[in-house]
Amino acid sequence: MTDTLNLTLKIWRQSNPTSQGKFESYKLDGVSTHMSFLEMMDVLNEKLIKENKEPIAFDHDCREGICGMCSMYINGRAHGPLAGTTTCQLHMRHFKDGETITIEPWRAKGFPVVKDLVVDRTAFDKIMQAGGFVSVNTGSPAEANSILIPKPVADEAMDGAACIGCGACVAACKNASAMLFVSAKVSQLALLPQGQVERTERVLKMVQTMDDAGFGNCSNTGACEAECPKEISVAHIARLNREYLVASLKGE
Amino acid sequence: MITLDSKIPPGPLAEKWTKYRSTVKLVNPANKRHLEVIVVGSGLAGASAAASLAELGYKVKVFCFQDSPRRAHSIAAQGGINAAKNYQNDGDSTYRLFYDTIKGGDFRSREANVYRLAEVSASIIDQCVAQGVPFAREYGGTLDNRSFGGVQVSRTFYARGQTGQQLLLGAYSALSRQIGKKQVQMYNRHEMLEVVMIDGKARGIIARDLVTGKLERHFGHAVVLATGGYGNVFFLSTNAMGCNVTANWKAYKKGAAFGNPCFTQIHPTCIPVSGDYQSKLTLMSESLRNDGRIWVPMKEKDTRKPIDIPENERDYYLERRYPAFGNLVPRDVASRAAKQACDEGKGVGPSGLAVYLDFRDAIARLGQPVIAARYGNLFEMYEKITGEDPYKTPMRIYPAVHYTMGGLWVDYNLMTTVKGLYATGECNFSDHGANRLGASALMQGLADGYYVIPYTIGDYLSGEIMTKAIPTDHPAFAEAENNVKERIDKLLSIKGNQTVDDFHKKLGKVMWDYCGMARNEEGLMKAKVMVQQIREEFWKDVKIPGTAFEFNTELEKAARVADFLELGELMIDDALNRKESCGGHFREESATDKGEAKRDDNNFAYVAAWEFQGDNQPAKLHKEPLKFEEIHLAERNYE
Amino acid sequence: MTTLTKIFNPTVGRKALMAMTGLFLCMFLIEHLYGNLMMLYNDGGEAFNKYTEDMTHNLLIRIVEYALFGGIIIHAVDGLFLTLANRKARPIGYAVNKGNENSTWFSRNMGLTGSVILFFLIIHLRTFFFAHRFLDAPESMYQSVVIAFKDWWYSAFYILSVLFLGMHLNHGAQSAFKSLGISNKQYAPIFKACGTGFALIMTIGFGMFPILFFFEILK
Repeated sequence: MTDTLNLTLKIWRQSNPTSQGKFESYKLDGVSTHMSFLEMMDVLNEKLIKENKEPIAFDHDCREGICGMCSMYINGRAHGPLAGTTTCQLHMRHFKDGETITIEPWRAKGFPVVKDLVVDRTAFDKIMQAGGFVSVNTGSPAEANSILIPKPVADEAMDGAACIGCGACVAACKNASAMLFVSAKVSQLALLPQGQVERTERVLKMVQTMDDAGFGNCSNTGACEAECPKEISVAHIARLNREYLVASLKGE
Repeated sequence: MITLDSKIPPGPLAEKWTKYRSTVKLVNPANKRHLEVIVVGSGLAGASAAASLAELGYKVKVFCFQDSPRRAHSIAAQGGINAAKNYQNDGDSTYRLFYDTIKGGDFRSREANVYRLAEVSASIIDQCVAQGVPFAREYGGTLDNRSFGGVQVSRTFYARGQTGQQLLLGAYSALSRQIGKKQVQMYNRHEMLEVVMIDGKARGIIARDLVTGKLERHFGHAVVLATGGYGNVFFLSTNAMGCNVTANWKAYKKGAAFGNPCFTQIHPTCIPVSGDYQSKLTLMSESLRNDGRIWVPMKEKDTRKPIDIPENERDYYLERRYPAFGNLVPRDVASRAAKQACDEGKGVGPSGLAVYLDFRDAIARLGQPVIAARYGNLFEMYEKITGEDPYKTPMRIYPAVHYTMGGLWVDYNLMTTVKGLYATGECNFSDHGANRLGASALMQGLADGYYVIPYTIGDYLSGEIMTKAIPTDHPAFAEAENNVKERIDKLLSIKGNQTVDDFHKKLGKVMWDYCGMARNEEGLMKAKVMVQQIREEFWKDVKIPGTAFEFNTELEKAARVADFLELGELMIDDALNRKESCGGHFREESATDKGEAKRDDNNFAYVAAWEFQGDNQPAKLHKEPLKFEEIHLAERNYE
Repeated sequence: MTTLTKIFNPTVGRKALMAMTGLFLCMFLIEHLYGNLMMLYNDGGEAFNKYTEDMTHNLLIRIVEYALFGGIIIHAVDGLFLTLANRKARPIGYAVNKGNENSTWFSRNMGLTGSVILFFLIIHLRTFFFAHRFLDAPESMYQSVVIAFKDWWYSAFYILSVLFLGMHLNHGAQSAFKSLGISNKQYAPIFKACGTGFALIMTIGFGMFPILFFFEILK
């Protein structure tokens, strides 16, 4: 295996939300295979700045796979070719010398492009504001061990809670559906005893907000699960469906 | 001219907080509706403070530079959160958590603050469980605990390797609820660039909308900074790329004293640097030290594969040097020991700047499934980054900058030396002294936000109930906005040849080499000059593409690095001033014969609080003596 | 929001409607296949003709017939609307999209396979159902089958359509349980296996007749 790669990068450039974007190609030589994908982008940007060109805007922050800020549709896959990996944790050793890499922003009506590869994911925040919480004020809550939670239940709730809100599920879904994101939170709180009081209201409001944001519906293709960096199961979507149907029959 | 008044309530240590809470001035609900509070930062400290203040009825505005408040870097904390619950019946108590924290901090923190922290720790767990945070549980349904470095009890609560994430999402959910109720107005992708001062009080901020580049004026009766640490001054750290000192630095320049800036924590278990393109360092949770054994080859420059090195040629140096705590010594001790091993030429890996963290024995003892259940996600992360499988070959680790104990000086109320300006969480200096224990950062962030600031801010705001919201066309706002605009224009007008990262890397290297794990007078003097030179060069030769009125990430970075270039010098000044070794601050001149840190309590049992005196002027040092009434000052011994 | 609009909301409720109508149509498929199997007696269509005759005169079956047509129409129209909604959810597509690396072709192309099936259904109904019910075809139902499958292109089209039906069922059957919220981590693999099994049985069950008739194994 060679230690460096010469790459052609085909990257979506769009200067603002309303402008017409287009692809531009860049050559980047001598990319170390130990670099992370975002470090490769850093190197490209440094090069562009030195050539008096505008660097490529992309979202990133923690660079350890947990903040959910990085996005990028790399060679036709959300967060690139590796399963269970965010773009920041994708390393260049998974690419071939001479390869052309196409990089696009998340595409969805609910995620409008801000600039280049940066998209606006506030729709997710709005969904959370609609009901992704337990209504408990800070104060003197019950002693933590006063409600026992079976380990399997806590573990399953944690499976859903592991969502980092990156939006890869929406990006990968052929319908740009946000069901995996919404179901992960609904599922977590539907499983835990603390979430029972608002169970009905929560699922109705969160789904309503999701619909209003213009996300598509779920065809159960499983692409979201396959691309989710935290490998959240589509079983949560089935639970969301159940929660919603029961809740809407029951009424508020 | 500032005066340091810590405002510690009178009375016995264990009763201070209870008494304070029962007697602190209150604001009645009708008045709260008219009082506005600005919270900058949406991590554990910021989100919890904003949610709790909004629940009380204050009108709150929250600012974060990320695209969502859920992404603040608290999210990356892996290991856990401490709380004195004594669920394990192993002798834990509020006092013991307090004592461990003071001792872990090498006796450089304030007793009253730390005691309060230990006192509220148990409530934090209750609060988080009530929010639906899925902590790890035992089969019986009770909460599970693990142990962490520097202590001999199991008091750390955790949610897999994602405790910070789960706690932050808990706080974020509480914040989201208040945003939904319109009690909090959220400003994503906004960066605070100035504090607005009116009549000697903090009355608002100037923030830049990072998408449009527009400067905005925001009024608040009080301003709470929860902006995290400044570890990125080293360029390479475990901090997120966006972590910065800018908000704190603006506060410092408006008269908020900066406490103990040189106290930085170097975390012992990070993945080593692989090349000069490296943009950040990845931490491997300290919890790994529960089962992993740290060693280096006995022979210098041993290039054999680790599995080929026989047992009797391995030096398990932590177990050898510190038999009582072994691999679980506090972070500063473990980091320094790793550096010493590498300085002796025993370091491993291509750079020679790494030591082994080996799970061979643990796997043999417990079986791979148990290890996978405990650390599976960390092992996967390691393999993703390095391409090596830690089940088969030991991990290579090296210390990296992780946390800054220093920060804005605050009194017992968490108010800085600027009236109405508060600092919570990592951005203040208060609770961890010279070294923070593992799983205590999450505890402090949430303690400040959920259980301290909601009470202490009332003490100030009760005096502000007659103050009407000040319109933002007030001259002070105009002036502050203009200052920000001028600075941005100046940065953009330089049009030099070197990128922001070029300067940041240079600064980082100087700071790491001379103001990192080990410091000495000569090196620090040299570094001071070097930082000044880099700063000068920066203002002449930095190259920032684009304009001010667009989404311009280079401009954002430049403004942050400009502040780091000033902060770096203050850190060096502080390190020069503190001629003792304590916690994360190791002055080579002050060491025992065995090479351990030697504190000097006679001369340095104080908080160094630095006051800004003007650009390119030396900062003025104020000292807050640390009085230990409850605890007997002792040598920190982990042997 | 009334209960009705809630339960038929565009994402969850309307998918549940797809699932319910889909499963209902699956039951019809079982019944239809059962009838077809009568032809395996190879008795010149005696059993088969009797069966179809009985079906025509059973009042209950006549009622179900309307439900069936209703089901087909709802399933198709709802599917069309959902597809259009999904198109709107992504106004600009990807230049490079490797859906095959994260999902199956048939799961992504239910609209296409469904459309083919619908087209087939119209022709199929014209050949057999309408011809006998409304046009008083002179021959027996069995003879209609024999005639139709003598035609090689009709047989080929039939087989192709049944293959599409198989693909549609392979994803649709197990997916329906998810959309209705009946599935979970434990059941999902069982539903999936059953769905695939069902799809296979239907494909082979219906698909064998054109072959058997074309090669005159059945006469």
